[in-house]
Amino acid sequence: MARMKFLCDAERCIECNACVTACKNEHEVPWGINRRRVVTIDDGIPGEKSISVACMHCTDAPCQAVCPVDCFYTTDDGVVLHDKDICIGCGYCFYACPFGAPQYPQEGAFGARGKMDKCTFCAGGPEEDNSAEEVEKYGRNRLAEGKLPLCAEMCSTKALIAGDGDIVADLFRSRVVRRGGRPDNWGWATAYKD
Amino acid sequence: MSATAAMNNRKKTSLWAMLIIVLAILILPLTGYLYVNMTEQPAVDEQTNPRSDTWRQVRENQEGYSAVKGQETNELIQGAGQNWRQLRNGPIATYGAWLLSGVLVILAAFYFWRGEIKLTHPRTGNTVQRWTLNERRLHWTTATLFILLAITGLSLLYGRLALIPLLGYPGFSAYATAAKWIHNVLGPVFMVALFIILIKWFKNNLFTKVDIEWFKAFGGMVGDKHPSAGKFNGGEKAWFWTLATAGVALCFSGLVLDFPNFGQEREVIIGAHLIHILTAMLLMAFSLGHIYIGTIGTEGALEGMTTGHVDVAWAEQHHDLWLKEVEQEQQNTRQ
Repeated sequence: MARMKFLCDAERCIECNACVTACKNEHEVPWGINRRRVVTIDDGIPGEKSISVACMHCTDAPCQAVCPVDCFYTTDDGVVLHDKDICIGCGYCFYACPFGAPQYPQEGAFGARGKMDKCTFCAGGPEEDNSAEEVEKYGRNRLAEGKLPLCAEMCSTKALIAGDGDIVADLFRSRVVRRGGRPDNWGWATAYKD
Repeated sequence: MSATAAMNNRKKTSLWAMLIIVLAILILPLTGYLYVNMTEQPAVDEQTNPRSDTWRQVRENQEGYSAVKGQETNELIQGAGQNWRQLRNGPIATYGAWLLSGVLVILAAFYFWRGEIKLTHPRTGNTVQRWTLNERRLHWTTATLFILLAITGLSLLYGRLALIPLLGYPGFSAYATAAKWIHNVLGPVFMVALFIILIKWFKNNLFTKVDIEWFKAFGGMVGDKHPSAGKFNGGEKAWFWTLATAGVALCFSGLVLDFPNFGQEREVIIGAHLIHILTAMLLMAFSLGHIYIGTIGTEGALEGMTTGHVDVAWAEQHHDLWLKEVEQEQQNTRQ
């Protein structure tokens, strides 16, 4: 079985935010929610670096560990998904996540947040693949159609790569070998243990 | 060469030698500075790897820029959450459970060993008023809210372990949704009730010398002696001050958690959550003792808070100084 991973090549990311837009469009994500975002360090200064970040689908996911209702599950592909019917919108996953991935439709008084929403690695939720219900709650299930996450698929500089961890690592290694320097597989040490 | 010329020559030589030696003594030790200077020089010129600087900034949680606006979207990584997860799921959940069950076991063991603390003198049939109707309303409102908040709060911490096997995932989710709402809405109400209590009974709860004697005699819980006490005994005062410190911290940390609409950062929320959970554990453990002593632990104690009146025999045994005060007042009004 594949172990799905994301990798953003900071030497290639040009902060075009197309991944953010593509994700929002593909999954019809509500206003105010962005499952992916691009962060630029030292913006405007020579040597600035940009990274596109979303849920990294961690091996030992902190969100999963702190969820009071245990609504998270990891698929055979290593994708961390959650069940919105079970989620109570407590916010714990957002506190625990190192990447700031969980999002809420509201930030109201008395802890009113609504159901948590996050990147699904384009793999939907617990409902039947690409059923109307699944698309409504979690967006498209591209993995079920044999496709990879749209953000990475349409990245113009191929900075963002998604797919089986071994293939992603090989691809990135060949890039590093060709261009020299150290690999910057940002987030891998935090997210992946295998 | 004459003898005097040779003598002068020798004097000159030794003078120069002396001067050179003194100079050498003064200057040679200073070469250490030269050495330090030479070795330090390259370190000043050395530049750090700009790329590792970037990752260091990321790791140190430095804010960048993101076109996506929202709470802390310009931060790439946040490390506090992992610490919080390990503290909450590890020692806090483990030792919290041990603390609460430990207190229950100790109270049960104490009950089997000591039994109910009976009245030493038979009931006189005469009663004195201990709590007014409003005081009782205040007490029971706060108590009910406390118990509701404790149960719903514990459900969020231990429900995954204890209640999901019983209720199933959808069942527990429905219960947890209700529990979350009860907890979040009633929390601020509890805060108001608690603050009224703290203000109302503040003066009665200042510690005095009487309380030291009370604690020395274990409040009459052990042995047959019955230490003196005013309206509030040492134990009640300890409970009051626990509420006034840990209880207040509990309330304020709760507000931080309850109102995410003010956009407080995750690190602040995590800190507030740890304070909230630790003070809650402390208060729950203390409340079990309070409930025990007020109900099955002491004969005649509960009726004070239910009917408002206690038997004079009970007052004489448990709050003798207060009874004297009340009797004094009654005499004054009669005169």
